Parts: sequence; C-alpha cells; structure tokens
Amino acid sequence: MTTTAKVPVPIDKSAEPVAVPRRAALKAPIMLGVVTLLVALLVGLGARAGDTTFQLATDTDFFDLPEITLPSTATVWTLVVLLAACTAASALLASRGRRTPLWLVGLFALLAMTAFLTWAAADESLTVIGLLGGSITLAVPLVFGALGGVLGERAGVVNIAIDGQLLFGAFAAAMVGTLVGSPWGGLVAAMLAGALVALVLGFFAITYFVDQVIVGVVLNVLVIGLTSFLFGQVLTENPDTLNAPEHFSRLPIPVLGQIPVIGPVLFRQTILVYLMYVAVAVVAWALYRTKWGLRVRAVGEHPKAADTVGIKVNRTRYTTLLIAGLVAGAGGATYTLVSVPQFGEEMTDGAGYIALAAVIFGRWDPIRATLAALLFGFASNLQLALSVIGSPVPSQFMLMLPYVVTIIAVAGLVGASRAPAADGVPYRKE
Amino acid sequence: MTLELRGITKRFGPLVANDRISLTVGEGEILALLGENGAGKSTLMNVLYGLYQADEGEIFLDGAPLRLSGPGDAMAAGIGMVHQHFMLVPVFTVAENVMLGHEATGFAGTLDLDAARQRVREISQRFGFDVDPDALVESLPVGVQQRVEIIKALSRDARVLVFDEPTAVLTPQETDELMGIMRQLRASGTAIVFISHKLREVRAIADRITVIRRGAVVGEASPTATNAELAALMVGRPVELTVHKEPAQPGPDMFVVRDLRVTDDAGHAHLDGISFTIARGEVLGVAGVQGNGQTELTEAIMGLQAHVHGSIRLADHELVGRSVRKVLDAGVGFIPEDRQVDGLVGEFTIAENLMLNRSHGKPFVSAGTIRSGYLEDFAQRTLEEYDVRASGIQAKAGQLSGGNQQKVVVARELSRDLNLLVAAQPTRGVDVGSIEFIHKQVVATRDAGVPVLLVSTELDEIVALSDRIMVLYRGQVVGIVPADTPRETLGLMMAGERPEGTAA
Amino acid sequence: MSTNDETQPAPAGAPAAGAVKDPKEPPQQPGRFDGVLREIVAGNAMVAVLSVFLAVVVGSLMILLTDENVRDTAGYIGARPTDFFSAVWTSISDAYSALFRGAVYNTNLEGFQGRIRPLTETLKFAGPLILAGLGVGLAFRAGMFNIGGRGQMLLAGAAAGWVGVSVDLPTVLHLPLAVLAGALAGALWAGIAGFLKAQSGAHEVIVTIMLNYVGYYLVFYALSKQGLLQAPGSLNPKSQPMPESVVLPKLLGDRFNLHAGFLIALVAVAVVWWLLNKSALGFRFRAVGENPDAARAAGINVGRTYLVVMLIAGGLVGLAGVNQILGTTTSGVTVDLDAGIGFDAITVALLGRSRPLGILAAGLLFGGLKAGGFSMAAAEGIPVEIVLVIQSLIVLFIAAPPLVRAIFRLPKEATA
Repeated sequence: MTTTAKVPVPIDKSAEPVAVPRRAALKAPIMLGVVTLLVALLVGLGARAGDTTFQLATDTDFFDLPEITLPSTATVWTLVVLLAACTAASALLASRGRRTPLWLVGLFALLAMTAFLTWAAADESLTVIGLLGGSITLAVPLVFGALGGVLGERAGVVNIAIDGQLLFGAFAAAMVGTLVGSPWGGLVAAMLAGALVALVLGFFAITYFVDQVIVGVVLNVLVIGLTSFLFGQVLTENPDTLNAPEHFSRLPIPVLGQIPVIGPVLFRQTILVYLMYVAVAVVAWALYRTKWGLRVRAVGEHPKAADTVGIKVNRTRYTTLLIAGLVAGAGGATYTLVSVPQFGEEMTDGAGYIALAAVIFGRWDPIRATLAALLFGFASNLQLALSVIGSPVPSQFMLMLPYVVTIIAVAGLVGASRAPAADGVPYRKE
Repeated sequence: MTLELRGITKRFGPLVANDRISLTVGEGEILALLGENGAGKSTLMNVLYGLYQADEGEIFLDGAPLRLSGPGDAMAAGIGMVHQHFMLVPVFTVAENVMLGHEATGFAGTLDLDAARQRVREISQRFGFDVDPDALVESLPVGVQQRVEIIKALSRDARVLVFDEPTAVLTPQETDELMGIMRQLRASGTAIVFISHKLREVRAIADRITVIRRGAVVGEASPTATNAELAALMVGRPVELTVHKEPAQPGPDMFVVRDLRVTDDAGHAHLDGISFTIARGEVLGVAGVQGNGQTELTEAIMGLQAHVHGSIRLADHELVGRSVRKVLDAGVGFIPEDRQVDGLVGEFTIAENLMLNRSHGKPFVSAGTIRSGYLEDFAQRTLEEYDVRASGIQAKAGQLSGGNQQKVVVARELSRDLNLLVAAQPTRGVDVGSIEFIHKQVVATRDAGVPVLLVSTELDEIVALSDRIMVLYRGQVVGIVPADTPRETLGLMMAGERPEGTAA
Repeated sequence: MSTNDETQPAPAGAPAAGAVKDPKEPPQQPGRFDGVLREIVAGNAMVAVLSVFLAVVVGSLMILLTDENVRDTAGYIGARPTDFFSAVWTSISDAYSALFRGAVYNTNLEGFQGRIRPLTETLKFAGPLILAGLGVGLAFRAGMFNIGGRGQMLLAGAAAGWVGVSVDLPTVLHLPLAVLAGALAGALWAGIAGFLKAQSGAHEVIVTIMLNYVGYYLVFYALSKQGLLQAPGSLNPKSQPMPESVVLPKLLGDRFNLHAGFLIALVAVAVVWWLLNKSALGFRFRAVGENPDAARAAGINVGRTYLVVMLIAGGLVGLAGVNQILGTTTSGVTVDLDAGIGFDAITVALLGRSRPLGILAAGLLFGGLKAGGFSMAAAEGIPVEIVLVIQSLIVLFIAAPPLVRAIFRLPKEATA
C-alpha cells in the first residue's frame, strides 16, 4: 500500500520551510534603515568634534590592551556607512524572500552602539570594562526574572508577577540573611519567597482558572503592599537585627578573570553572577534536551494532547511554575545581597516588567531572553556611565530605551513570532 | 484481547450523557459505534480512554475489571485512540510527538530521540506508511497527521484501538486507504472501535454495529442493514434521506466570480484563479476535502481575506476590496463554517446575536442608540418563526445546543433582504431535526430567487441540495458538474482527477 | 469559546433538538425579586461582600501579627489569656475605628461639619479611582487590558498642567481647556496601544506596561527641563503650582477638600453606562470583547474598535490625572502625580466587574479605604500599605468565586 503518492497536500501549509512571509522579511531591513537614519541624523545635527577614548584594560590582566583613541566625527561617519551597508544587505536578502540572519542584526547592533558611544563620549574617555561589567551586574535580576518568566510561559502560565517575585525575594533575602547571618541563608530564603509567589499564582491561575494577567498584576500590588507594610511595621523598628544582611563579595575566578576584557567583565563578579551562568545553561538544556522539558513544552503548546498521553497537565504546570519561582526569587536576592546594604520599599522599581519584556523580546527562548536582559542591563548602565561623563542625551531618554525597544519589538519584529500556543489558557479537564 | 463495557453511565450535572451503555469488542473485530452528533459517542470513548470517569458501570479487559484514572492507565492497559481532533503538538516533530509521555531517556533525563525515530520508522514500515520522523507535525497534510496518530497509539502496543470520527477530514480515496489500514490491523489481532455517523462507511467496514441515541444503546445492527434502517435506528424515527425540492428555475447570472486569487501573508496561493457564476434561484455546491480553498473562498467573498485579486461581482457591485460591512450591506448573507468562532457571540443574548451584523443603523439603531423595544419584538418573532428552542430571547447563545445555535445564525442571515447567501458547512455538528429544517430554509431561499453558494465537506449534503456542483482541489476548480454526477466521479474529482468530458 | 460540540460536555448528551435544559421542565419565569434574592445568595453580589470580608480578616491578622502588644501578651497566653484577648481586641478595634473615623464619620471631633469631613475625603479619593476604573473597565469590555493607567494619568496631568501654567485665560475657558488637554493626552497615550494592537496585533498588556515607563521618563524629562514644565529658576523636577483659573472649584466651600472632580466622575459613570448598555458603539465594544472573530464576520471593524475604545478609555484615565493636578494636588506637576491610582484602577475595575455602577461602588469603597488608611497610619502607626494588601486580596478573592464559595460552603452559582 503506497500512501503518499495520492495524498493531496493541502496548500495552506507552506511546503518549503525556508520561505518566510514577505512582510516579516521586510521588517528587518526597515528597522535597520530607521536606526541607520536615526544615527545619521543624531551625528549630523548634533556634530561633536574631538577624540573619543576607549579604555579596555584593568591592572590585573595578563597583558595590557592599549587605549584606543579615535577621531569622533570621522569614526562616526565611517560607522554610519557601515550601518547603511548592513541595511542594504538585509534589504537584498529580503528581496529574495530570505530572513535577515541573526548575526547580521548583531553586527549592526554592535556598530550602531559603537557609533553612538563614539559620538556621545567625544572628547571624553570611556571605560569599556566598567561599562560592560556593570551591565552584567545590573542585568542579574533581569536574567533570573526572565528565565523564570520563560519557564512559566513555556508551560502555559503567563507570569506578570515576576516583579513581585523579585521584590519578595529581595525582602526575604534581607530579612532571613540578617537573621541567620549568612548570605547563603538569604539566597535560599529569596528563592523560597519567589516560589511562594509562584505558588499563589498557580493556585489562582491553575486551580481556579483566574485570568493569569489579572493574578499577576494583583500579585505585584500585593507584594508591594505586603513588603512595604512589613518594612514599615517591623524592619524599620529593628534595622540591625532584621535588615542588615551580610553581602556576597566579589569572587574573581583565577586565570579566567585575568583574560583582558573578558575576564574583568565576566569573571570578576559575585557568586550570584556565576549562578546565573549556570542557571541559563541548565534551563536551556533542560527545556530542549530532557524528558522534563519536552513535557513542559507539550503542556504549554497543547495541554489536551499532553493529557491524552498520560501527562498530568496541571501538576506539570505547578512544578514548572515553582521552579520558575525559585529562579526568579534568586534574582531578587541580588538587590539586598549585592547591590545595596538593606531592603527598601519598592526597591525593584519595576525591574520585573523589564524582565517580562525580555521574555517577549527573547521570544520565549531562554538564551534569547538572557541576551535581551543583558541588553537592557547594558542600557541602564550606559545611562549611568554617560551621566558621569556628562552625556549629550538626557538621562531620561536613556532610561526609556528598554521600554521603547520592547514596544518596537512587540509591534514590529516580534509581532509575527509565536508565543506557546496555550500560553495563558487554563486547562480544564471537563 | 476482549474489551467489555458494562452499564457505563456518565452525567454532567442534570444531563445524562451516557445511560447504562454496554458493549463488547473482541480480538480481530471491528465494532462500529453509530450515532448522530451529540448522541454521546465521544463521551463514551473519553470514559474508555480515562479522560472522564464514569459515574456508574465497569470496564473489563479479558474479563478482569479495569480501573482508569487517566489516559496513562488506558494506554498501559493497551487501549489506544485516534482522536477526531488530532492530539498532536503542532510545533513538535513526528518523533517527539510519538515519544511524548513514554520518553526513552539517556543520561540525566536526556531525551533519546534516536530511539523514537527508530520506533517511528519501524511502525511505518510495518504498515507501509511514508512518514519522516523529523518532520514538524504542523507542516504535514492532515492525512499524514492521522497516520502519526496511529503510529503514536501503536508505539505503545495498543491492542484495542478507538477511531473517533476519523474520516471527517479525509478524501474518499484517503478514507478507502484508512479502511485498508483498519483491516490490516484487524488481521493482526487488534480490536477496533470505529465511531462514526456516516452510514456508508460503517456498513463498509464494520463486523458489528451498535447504535446509540441520546446517550443510550438503542440497538444492534449488522452491516447488511440498509441506510434507511440504520438512519431510522440512529434518529429514532423514519428519516427523509433526500431533500424535497422542485427543479431549479435559474434566472440570469447574478453572482459572477472571475480569476479569483487569494494568497496568505506569505504569498502562498490558497485559491488560484477560479471562476464561476451562480444564477438567481440556483444553488451552487462547492465540494472538496477540507483545506482545499473553501474557507478562503467564502472569506474572500465576505471581505474577510487580506490579499484578494480578481473580480467578485454581485449584480452590479464589485465586492473585491470592500469591507465586510459593505459586503453585508450589499445583501450578502453569511453562515460561517464555525458558528462558535465566527457566527455567534456566546456571551450575548439571542436578541443581541440577531442584531450582531446590523449595529450600524436602522432598523435596530437610531441616533447611536439601540432601539431595545424594536429588537425585542423582532427577536421574539424570529425565535418563533425559526423554531429556536430556548428559554427566551434573553437566553445566552452559548448555552444553546448546536442545532439551535445554528438556527439563530440562519435566522439572522435570512431575516434580511438577501441578494446572495453564502452557507459554509451549514449543518456541521447539528442534529438531524435541525439539519432538515436548515435544508428546507436553504431551498426556500433559492426558490425565492436568491443565488446560494453552499460549501460543505459532506458530499451527501452537496448532492442533496445543489443544482450544480463545483469541486475544489488545491485552490483550483477541478470541474463544475451537474448535481446528478455519480459519487465515484465526484470522489475522484475531490482527489484532483479531472474526469473526461468536463471543462474546468 | 473554541469548544466544539463533541468536546463540550454539556450538550453532548442533551436531547437532540431541545435546548440545553430539559424540555419537560417548564420555562422558568421567576419573579423579579426572586431573581434578585437568588442573585444575592448565590450570585456575584454575595461573593463580592464575602471577598471584602475575607480580605479584611487577612488584613486584621497582619495587623495582629505585627502588633507588639499582641506579641508580648501571646508570650504568656497560658498564664493570662485575658491579657492576650484584650490586646487583640484593642489592636483590631483601634485600627478599624481609626479607619472608620478617617473614611466616614469622625466621632472625636466637635460639630457636624468636622465630623462629616472624612466622608468628603473619601469622595475626594474616590473621584479619580472611579474615573480611572471606568477607563480600565471600558477597555476590558472590549477585550483590551489597559495596564497603562499610570502613564496615561501622568501624560494627562502634565498636559493639563502645562495648559494651566503656560496659558493665560479666564476660568470659563481656561479650566475646560486644561481638562480637555488632559483627557486628550491620556487618550492619545492609550491610543498608541490601541493603534499598535489594531495594526500589528501587538499585545496591549505589554505595550501599556512599557508605555507607563516611557511616559514616566518623558514627563520626568519635561519636568527637569527649563522652558518645558519645570518651574522657572527651580532645580527640582516640578512645575509651578496651578493658577486659580484652572483649579477645579471646591464643592462644599473651602473647609472641605472635595472638589468638582467627583462630579466629573459621576457624569462619567452615567455616560459610560449609556455607552455600554444602550449605544450601538458600546454594543460593538462588547461584541469585539466577547468574540472578535464573530464581530469581524458581522462587519464590525475590530481594529478600529480597539483604537476607539482605547482612546475613550485613555480619555477617562486622563480625566483621573486631570482630577489630581487640577483638584487634589494643585501645588504642581510631579512624577508622583498618579499616586498609584493607575494600578488601583485595575483593582477597582475588577471589583466592579467592569460595570459602571460596580466601578462606582468599588471606587467609593477603595476611596474610603484610602482615606481611612491615612488616618489609621496617623493614629495607630499602621503602615498605610495595609490598604494595598486588603485591596489586592479583595480582587484575588473576587476573581475566584469558587474559592470563596468553598470557604463559606455556599451553593454553586445557579447558572454554573
């Protein structure tokens, strides 16, 4: 019995997987073109003369890289030409119906960023190491939060409550860290606090089918209220015994930490950063390569299909959500065990929403979401760095950047991408 | 292996979906479960598969009682199911779908995809399937997806296999092939339960037939019974298998489609240059297997498709490029193929649903305000005229049965002055009583001089109602033939073979 | 709504041609008051009341657990239980009487005018909550989740404030112009989300959240820039105070803070009620909200509906911002102008089940909680954030009626 010969192929599915929707293919060159134009306008209208110096070395490297000094105007215009070339390449690909490869977008982003920095730091000196290393530090809660978000959403539970998990994690880390006198105790408490928020989210969203966006938003408010209440009622009364956690100190890794540029940026950080590297790798591996990950993704894409092969949908969602809560909670610990000496009201300042943005910008993929979170961390740190050297751009606009980028991404680049099919849909058996 | 269901009762609140149902199927036997939509067939199979727990009754496998707390238990006991709506994760590969739930793993829970690929190849070979284990399921044609469902069940050594309405999405030829597979399975000793409401297929394949109606077994029949006998048993009264209608009195061509081409965002053509006309007082039936451009055709007419080229003319109006509202205003009535998605707002009352496509002005709206008195009178009258059984005009549409929901849609469309009626799958998932009613309404509309475009995947319905039949295959017209064309010819046309002597 | 007949359990075994209900059963035509009664016992009203009750109980527990007197007396509860229970009683009754005195009627003061003042404070707080709640609720009804209240209020407040300080006109023109400018700014800011949803399907939850921050930094920038909104000669991110000509008139004389913003809120409730329940536009909003596919097939322009509803919703939220800057905090535009109302509005809309009258009631309740919360903080030292906790708990409970029913062992909802 031959089968395929006469089976009609419905034409509503694309037969050749390479082909990309024409509109989607066009989005990339248009975006690149707009950015190129913006950079050109910026340097054209706000021409800044002088030289820009990039410092690449720290004193404990194996060997010293020299400072790089570039003539600002000439460098910037050279870069604009290169940007235009990238755009043209992307347009050429689009005209042949092909998608712009990620490396081209990455190269473009790097060039655009260099152009912007060269222009902004004209007549100044920029410590690249500090800029990048600081970005990683700032990105830690975002990465943990985004990983938690990715896990939850891949299992079909939208997690708007990342901010609540970070904040509650920060609170628990400060209080328990002080009580037990060890940052490790604080870290464990932070993870449990994140899981607790996740449990409540699961309870309402999975067991009681409450709209997940609603539960998430309300949980954030609840955590703000709860932590601020306890802060005002308990912590401020006994700051020394309840709100003075010991910190994780920097833990340079020998050898790796001495590689120029890479070392100081990546390997002279606190243990939380190293945990972050591990978490990203483990989550990515577990999600795509293990039995557990296959089941999680099945539950997020087609819960009924998972049910019919004997997978307990809601139990899988609960456990995934709890793991996600542990991860996000660890991110919260950064605030009180690394960044500042004690807990303060609403100290996450909406970072959870940036993490959420990273989840979407990263298309529900752990690696891409991590990269997005790092990008947002970089934007925040860039603003700090530029305000130190006296930036020509108002700091508010720099701070706005992650949010604007996300809106553009959601509206344009990511508009066509696909969330897990059952994301946000409660599973009812009957 | 013998499977026996004894006295299965399943209730949903006050409703008794299955009422003391008993049946047996033995090794190497095909038992057909026949009943109309909503008779309780699927509920029964969900009980058998462990998705629902029975309120009363027991299941025995080879005489031993079986306790099923979930599909996992059913599969472990050797019961497999090929679902009507495929239970496949579209973004997974064939191998991933087949291994899901009983994954072979290596170190630290790592997936062993090679083992799964091997299993897919092995089973494919046994049945002569040609399935690529690494193909994404969503990129496969429905017929192949169904094979993946079968492989999935067999990969767990299923000895009892349930096919739930498996032919709904297949061409007549694919249906024949599926029956071949079922016979092959029977020969290898598998016990098969075949659920269907299609008399022809049941008679062709079954060894025994059990008929259920309103949740209870109403009788057994042998495959030698006639269609009329089976239909009467299924519905509970003698059924008119044919629709009474006078010969058409076609007037001048009223609806003219020329070189219609519809593409999606990616630029793939779903309809590729089709042309046809419908005269006043004529029903043109569109036959074809689901997914060959029918949906795009009706949506293109309605203005619901984004990329439409060519011409669609209704009397003197060009419809291409018009908004949905303009098309409706031109007097086009639309019965969409999925009433719950496109036809009704479930949370709205019947009255509100009756004015859904007339919220922009008279007679229901004046000065931006809804005339509730007028609406209520209208709804009351319409409810009675179209025999919608509901507690009143304030009943929510979502709470009605499928047949009554469809009557609300039909009532809304036919209560306007129409110049064209587009009816897509007008009787899908509807009980026989409502089918008869809706068919009469379609014929009455035709007799009132309105051109009717009828799209259906049920060949019987097309043959019964149409004056001419157009067969679509892969977005092209295979041919437009008279309504008395033999079924075999139509079946071949649905598979893309152009019969001799017909022009496209 | 995507359930198919075969998978939908309810009608699966239903008598073939009948409605879902048993045809033998006579059609139910209960008297109007029977219905009301059943609605109260088994319906949403009861769940709402019980949700509030549950939330207050949890809030009380939090107050107790953190009260030092209670903790101390709990230490020797075995020896002298009466101490413990009297400490509990004192703690709770003090807290709630302070709340009541702050929100409704202050028995500690002399004279009716002084005593009733808290009620007027409640109304003052309720005004913007109702307006913003209407904005969120209206969008909800059209299937749009407007989490952008904060950004919309900030932009609206900044626009109204800008008209206030930079334009010189008599009150009759100046005040309406400022109000209009605020509403317009809110509408445009929310409209971005509606536009993007209509154009590219961008999820409005994400866009409105992001717009909150963009709006915040935008207004921040304007407030730190001379010549834009920053008060001349100042270094603080704050504008000049509002001139008399744009300040909303006080309703009960200068002794009370209640201003005309509350009247605007009442009018808005009436308008939105008409819009949703009586107008053709509202009909289309609801159709799109319940089933956009069916709405589209019925000739309703879904994209435009998203845009229009967000414009109106943003205008309403904008009015809440206007209410703040021209009524409550006329001392000048700051980035804290929204005072958390943008997020409170979500809880108000949810508690009010997105119905105008429900939002009115929820706004009054939360307004009272706010007014009382401040008095509780002042009198008893209980952090005002307890209100946030109670508020969010109310919404969580109310969103899960089966949970509340299970806790109180109530019968299931009649229609379930």
